[in-house]
Formats: sequence, structure tokens, C-alpha cells
Amino acid sequence: MTRATANRITEDLLRPLLQTTWKFYAGVTVLGIMVLIGLSTWAYQMYNGLGVTGDNWPVFWGFHETNFVFWIGISHAGTLISAILRMVNATWRRPVTRCAEAITAFALMIGALFPLIHLGRPWYAWWLFPIPWPLFDSRGLWPNYRSPLTWDFFAINTYLTSSLLFLFLPMIPDFAVIRDRTVGLRRKIYGLLALGWEGTPKQWHRLESAMHIMAIAIIPVAVSVHTIVSFDFSMAMVPMWHSTIFGPYFVAGAIFSGIAALLIAMAILRKVLHIEQYLQPIHFQNLGKLLFTMSLLWGYFVFNERLTTWYGNAPHEIPALTATQSGEYAPLFWTMVFCNFILPFPFLAIRKLRTITGTVIASCGVVVGMWLERYLIIVPSLAHKQLEYSWGTYSPRWPEITIFAGSIAAMVLLYTLFSKFVPIISIWELKVGEHKEIKAAEAVQAAEAAGELV
Amino acid sequence: MTHRWGMAVDLDRCTGCSACVTACHAENNIPTVGPAEAATGRAMHWLRIERYVEGEFPDVQVKFRPVLCQQCDQAPCEPVCPTYASHHTDEGLNAQVYNRCFGTRYCANACFYNVRFFNFYNPVWDKPLHLQLNPDVSVREAGVMEKCTFCVQRINAGKIDAKAEQRELKDGELKPACVQTCTANALVFGDLNDPESAVSRLSRSARGSKLLEDMGAQPKITYLQKEVWHDSSNG
Repeated sequence: MTRATANRITEDLLRPLLQTTWKFYAGVTVLGIMVLIGLSTWAYQMYNGLGVTGDNWPVFWGFHETNFVFWIGISHAGTLISAILRMVNATWRRPVTRCAEAITAFALMIGALFPLIHLGRPWYAWWLFPIPWPLFDSRGLWPNYRSPLTWDFFAINTYLTSSLLFLFLPMIPDFAVIRDRTVGLRRKIYGLLALGWEGTPKQWHRLESAMHIMAIAIIPVAVSVHTIVSFDFSMAMVPMWHSTIFGPYFVAGAIFSGIAALLIAMAILRKVLHIEQYLQPIHFQNLGKLLFTMSLLWGYFVFNERLTTWYGNAPHEIPALTATQSGEYAPLFWTMVFCNFILPFPFLAIRKLRTITGTVIASCGVVVGMWLERYLIIVPSLAHKQLEYSWGTYSPRWPEITIFAGSIAAMVLLYTLFSKFVPIISIWELKVGEHKEIKAAEAVQAAEAAGELV
Repeated sequence: MTHRWGMAVDLDRCTGCSACVTACHAENNIPTVGPAEAATGRAMHWLRIERYVEGEFPDVQVKFRPVLCQQCDQAPCEPVCPTYASHHTDEGLNAQVYNRCFGTRYCANACFYNVRFFNFYNPVWDKPLHLQLNPDVSVREAGVMEKCTFCVQRINAGKIDAKAEQRELKDGELKPACVQTCTANALVFGDLNDPESAVSRLSRSARGSKLLEDMGAQPKITYLQKEVWHDSSNG
């Protein structure tokens, strides 16, 4: 790699950090206002009680829980994909990994808020921490380790901690690059973040082994997190919830919606930050193939789940099944099938359509479809539990919708700020990639020159 | 010997008058939510009368089934609570500790009898109901789950009285508000650990069955089925 190429990469990827346009300020203001509206609505809900939502007897969970599963699902984009791509040493991953890991971190932070938002008395949420008596907790009680919600709490915290580490590790050399190119306060802050990075062989070695360990360790963590989220449902004897398929079904769905979110984010990033030459059609091609695999897998799971329930014909299960297949929720169900399977199929299966536009259209469908999937898992089942006398219905009210809109704004805002303060593509990893390619080309040339290759 | 509280509900005696529902509201300080909220499914009846109409006119049969917390021995609501707000007492009651509850509502989803209720708002009582609150029962704030307790305040008071008088509790001495109010004596409450108690004898009846027995929660309420009381045209 020539010095010129290296400089170009650094210049291109640092430009969004060093140059700020009015569009950035305008965008941040609008998003910030939306987030504030969402937070105020949450405050309004806390002040008045959960009565302002559409939750009722017997549908005690609705929009908030759907959003919880949705965001935790989106968070599976990053870390898992990036860890797998790193493990199998897929060279095309280099410009993609950080965009993906950042989605994980922020989607997880937002997702982890929803269990708080949905609580009747969120100010007591700290009871989930096992605090040794009599330090803080005068109740002298541990959390109940038999409750899937407690498992959730620990799983999500583990995943959040490890995802943040996994995101941070490969940023260290890049922080050093920024430190060396800036002055004043910026230099100080990035200097702190770079943790004294000098680029010595020892430091490189340690970074590489730390990243390798994290990549291996984080895969089981990611799989376990969404399995445990599925346990929130499958551990309860609610029709269509109490199913052995839920663990893998949820993990597959999470990765599915995660890749879709990643594709949308990449398409926006390359346009907004003018990094078209780094996020190329090949990346969309490859991720599109992965999305296609997940779409087929998702369809397979849904087919399995629905067919066995229908064929089993258990009296308690059938009303919930019928309500989604052909009853009250059928329009949503078939929209979901269209968005997750029928719409993406041509765009992802046919090579000519698997362009940037094609994969983004498919991804938008998938994100909507996967949100509907979670809604359709939660609401129709709770509305059709065992006792026919207590069947009910559910429709969201404005606070739930506003908080959801606020959470989307929060995701975009966090992502915008992240891409403002951190190079969204790993500078050093890209350079390593270029370097390896040139080394390989040089080796071939040398071999040809020596007459070893004919 | 510890007690194991249970109930028998004779569906043949129940007239569906709903006096038990009213008594339960009065005894346990259960808020009235008003018609608008009730229409959206937020009425809080710890005890409800389910009405089932069978047959075509003129051969119509109406069945009433009072449904309250079944005080299951293997209660699905208990393990899912992250804070032990919902837990099992030594006397087999599914207790709900209001102060421990932070309102995940998971217990209500896990309960297949749908006998758990959530305080969507802070409680209000239409005047003059606010003047008749029971001082023995705490009032629950918004965000807390609540449910039938078998009138645990009466059970505890009765045990204290018996201890003060240095005697055993007598069968039939303790009556939850619903049992006390039932004019038809359809509801019988007592100790299932005493094989000779009225509730034990009724629970062994051939007419007895449990609600959703196949779900395996081992409820402690026995429903005595209605005897066939008329000839229908199809025999």
C-alpha cells in the first residue's frame, strides 16, 4: 500500500469528524426534540400510571414489550455478524464491522430501556440487582432467580457490557490516529480514549488476541440473550407461547432483523458521509445473501411452528392460532409474511436485483415484518388464553406510539453522534486489508518474475 | 398442624346474584374503575361470576361459575415474579406482597385463570364508597398487581383470636367475605388438612372437579358440578 492510499483512507474517513455542516446540527436538533418528546411521554405515563397505555385485562403486555423484543432483535445485527465474519476471516467484512457493532450497542441500550418503561413502578427496578443486605437493600431479598425476567436482566447486562467492549477494542488504534491529527481539547479526549496507544508490536499483539477472545466469547452470549428473551414467553403456559421452537426461532428472527437494520444503516451512511467507495455494492451483495438465508430460515421456523400447532389441534392453542391466521389479526399476519418473505425473495434471490436499492427495499420490509412478528406473538396469545370467558383485545394508545417513535429517533440520534465522533469505518483494519492485498499482488509478481508461475 | 386453606363452590347452589363480588370489593378495598375503564377491560373483580348460557329457547340453561384465585399448589404466577412479590405461604396461599411488586405483570400473563388484576391508575372510590374502606387491608397504588387473598386479614385475625383464647380454630369459623355473604351457601371455605372439615368432605364429592385441571396447577378450589335438574326434549 502506498503512502498516498493510506493518507486517502485516513482523510476520507476522518472528514465526517473534522467537518461539520449545518445539516448535522439541524438533524441533531430535530432528533433531539423527538427523543425529548418520547421521554416526556414516558414521564407522563409514570405520573399517571400505565392506564394511559392500551394494556388491559387480559392483554397485560402490548406495544412496550413488542418494542423491547424488536430492539433486542435489531441488536443482533452487529456483534454477532461482526464476530462471525471476524472468526471466518471474511476479508470483505472490514468496512462493515464497526457500523454493525455500533448498531448492537445502541439498539441494546434502547431495547434495555423498554422493560423499565413497561414497569408499573420503574423507580424500583434496582430491585433486580442482587445487592447484599444490609448494604442498600433493606428488604433483605435477592431477586428471584427462577424468573425468566431475572435471567433477562443478567443476560442483557452481560451482552451490553461485552458488546461495548467489543466495539471499543478495535477503536483504540483509530482514536490514536485522531489524537495525532488534532489539537487542543479534542486531542486530550481522544488521547484518553486511545489508552496510550503507540502502535508497538506488543500492543498490536495484545489487541489482536483480545479481539480474538472477544469474538469467540460473544457468539454464545448473543445466542443466549435472544434465547432468554424468548424464554420470557415460552416459559409461560400461554397458548402459542409454550413452545420448544422459541429459542432458535427468536435467535434466527433477531439476526434476520439485525442484518436488515445494518443494510439500511449502511445505505444511509454511504450517502450521507460520502463514503461510497468504501461501502461498495459487494458488501450489500454479500449481506443480501446472508439476509436471504435468514429469510428462508425464518419462513421455515414459522411454517414449523404454525403447522405443528394446527395439526396438534390442542383446544387451548387453536383460538390463538385462528385469531392470527384468519381472524382479527390476519391482516397483520399476512402483511408480516409479505414483508418478511414474499417481498424480500425476488430482491435477494435474483442476482440482478440484489443491488443496493434492492437489498434496502427488502430490508425495509424485513424490519417492518419483524416488528409485526413480535406483536403477533405477544398480543393474540394473551387475548386468547385458556378461559374463553376472559378473552380480550388490545389496541395501542398514543403514549405507546409516541414512545416508540422516540426510541427510533434515539437510535438515529445516537448513530449520528457516533459517526460524528468516531470513524464509522475502522481505519486501521481497512489499511491492513489493503496492505494484505498489495502484499499478495507483490508476491505473485515476484513469483512470476522468478518464473515459478507459468 | 399447619392449615391448608381451600374452597368448594357448589355450582348447583349458585344463583349468580353477585353478592359475593360486591362483598369482595367492600372487604378488600378494591377500587371501582368506572364504566369507561371497565369497558376497556380494566374492571378489578377479584371474584367474578362467569355466565354461560346453554341451549335454545325455550330449553335454556344458564350456568354461573364464580371464578377467583384458585390458590394453586403449583401456581404458574409464582416462579415468574422477579421480586418474590408473588409467593407461596406455608398455609398454601398464593400471597401477593404489594410492596414488593414493581409491576412487570408477568404473573398475570402466566396465570391461565386470569384472576390477577393490575392497578392501571391510582385507586379512586366514588363517593360515598370512600368512607367505607376496610382498615385491615392496605390500599394499593398504581403499578401494583393484586388478587384474591382468601381474605388473609380475616384468617390472621381468626388465628390470633383462637390463640388468645387458647383453643384450636373451629371449622367454619373463618369466612372470607364472599363466603359470609353467599345467601345460597354455595361457597364453603375451610382447612383441607382437616379431613373432616366441610370443605374437605365437599372436595371429595363425586360431583367435584377442578377448573382447567389438565393444566396441572393443582388448584385448591373444587367446583361441584350442577346436577341435571330437568328433562330436555332430547333426553
